[in-house]
Amino acid sequence: MKPVLHNTSTDLPVLLPFRPGATTWDARDWAGLATSKRFGLALALVLISWLLIDTAYAQMVGAQGQTVWETIVKWTPLMFLGPEGEFGGFVLNIVVSFIAMALGTFLGLWLGLGQVSPNRFIRRTSWAITQLFRNSPWLVLLFYFMLLIPFFIRVGDTRIEISGWAKATFALSLPIMANVSEIVRGSIASIPTGQWDSAESLAFSRSQTLWRIILPQCIKRMIPPWMNWYCILTMSTPLVSILGVNDGMTLTQDALAAEGRSEYLIPMYLWLMSWFFIYSYPIALLTRKLENRFAVNQ
Amino acid sequence: MDTIAEFFLWLKEAHGIKLTIFYDELDRTRFLSGVWTTIHLSFVCVVASIVIGIAGAWLQTSPLVWIRRIINAYIAFFRNTPPLVQLYFFYFAVDSALSGLFGIRGGLLGSYGWAVIALSFFAGAFNTEIFRAGIEAVPRSTIEGAQSLGYSRFQIYRYITFPLAYRVCLPALNNNLINLVKTTTVAYAIAVPETLYISNQIWSDEYNVPEMMNVVWIVYLVLVGVLVWMMHRWEKALRVPGFGQ
Repeated sequence: MKPVLHNTSTDLPVLLPFRPGATTWDARDWAGLATSKRFGLALALVLISWLLIDTAYAQMVGAQGQTVWETIVKWTPLMFLGPEGEFGGFVLNIVVSFIAMALGTFLGLWLGLGQVSPNRFIRRTSWAITQLFRNSPWLVLLFYFMLLIPFFIRVGDTRIEISGWAKATFALSLPIMANVSEIVRGSIASIPTGQWDSAESLAFSRSQTLWRIILPQCIKRMIPPWMNWYCILTMSTPLVSILGVNDGMTLTQDALAAEGRSEYLIPMYLWLMSWFFIYSYPIALLTRKLENRFAVNQ
Repeated sequence: MDTIAEFFLWLKEAHGIKLTIFYDELDRTRFLSGVWTTIHLSFVCVVASIVIGIAGAWLQTSPLVWIRRIINAYIAFFRNTPPLVQLYFFYFAVDSALSGLFGIRGGLLGSYGWAVIALSFFAGAFNTEIFRAGIEAVPRSTIEGAQSLGYSRFQIYRYITFPLAYRVCLPALNNNLINLVKTTTVAYAIAVPETLYISNQIWSDEYNVPEMMNVVWIVYLVLVGVLVWMMHRWEKALRVPGFGQ
């Protein structure tokens, strides 16, 4: 039986012979990254531009009221951790990104496998679901599921409340699902089809070939694009603020509204952006590093 | 036109499905204007982001190290901060700072203008990376050949590197441009009257959230689908024989 690989075009490179040693990565890479020159330089740049902006603004504001720095110190706990006793702030952005990524990856893996299924119906359906969620704007999906999932569901006598952030997490996991599905399909298609034939000649069943031969090779190649999508997802989490979830963005705007001073706008937005930057930039660097390491030298 | 309106009026009477945009003159007009805003906002951002990408990729090949560093910082900043926060930053913070600086009352640019700027710079950062990868794919010997024929640095970029590079990076570029069109929905947050914003107004006025939600979703799927189809044809038409797959 021939493996079903419709549409074999892929943006993933062709596999060269596996070279152990050169392609493994471990804890040292993470440690090396934290101390890497590039990240250090970026961090230093962020801090220096910070100090400059702060001094400039402090002089502008002068004697009249608190300095920018004082304002930032005052509002940071709220922006970072959310209102006391509630789940919110920048922490919510990160937690939402984790859960949505986990859920999206789990669903996307099965959807991607569905796309290479020998069953025509499953293949077509998986393809259609993938395309549907890949081509929809994230914000439209957020609106759709935030407004159409009910506030609570009744299971017997118990009333289960569905909070806004849970609905938002579900909505954000759908485009991730579709894109992970494409990553899975693409990486399976990038494994030379000869491997399927060889496995078959060694009497492996289709599922054995898939799980023991093909997928272990795919994982390595799926990691860089998968991490890239994690970054994109994290950068999309502030969208939930449009739908009234108390994330870092909402609380920053609340703080700005409470202060009501336009000279705090630039520093406060930059402050929030620098958190996202410091969180995301190391991941982006690591992604680049892994991409280079896994790249095929032709 | 009347039969369509009659059908949707009947749908409302018989099944309670209120698709007002098909029979209410006001709703139809503003919905179409919203779709049109999405289309021209997307178009302007696509063109501007491609220009930024070409310029950025060209500057990245500059012999001056500081120019390269500035471009890299620009890419790192826009790729690693949320587009929504960038949009707010431009629309609220930069606008008020600039109008304060020049003493302009009521803001420098409207929400549409800032949406174009923020989204173009956002997508431009990705385009710069994509074009750079494309430029790197052009063989060194080809450029040396051009140099030996007396081409200047700009001429090499204009006639040799760029035509080859953009064919190589077209798939990635198309992905990013499609992403940009999807990201224009974010302009909702600063009240640009595009499809999502107008639909929100309609469903607030008419209490037909599920109907309008489905309409919005379908409209975007059609818009993105048409774009995907066009880009795919363009990719096919420009493919270099023997280059890539």
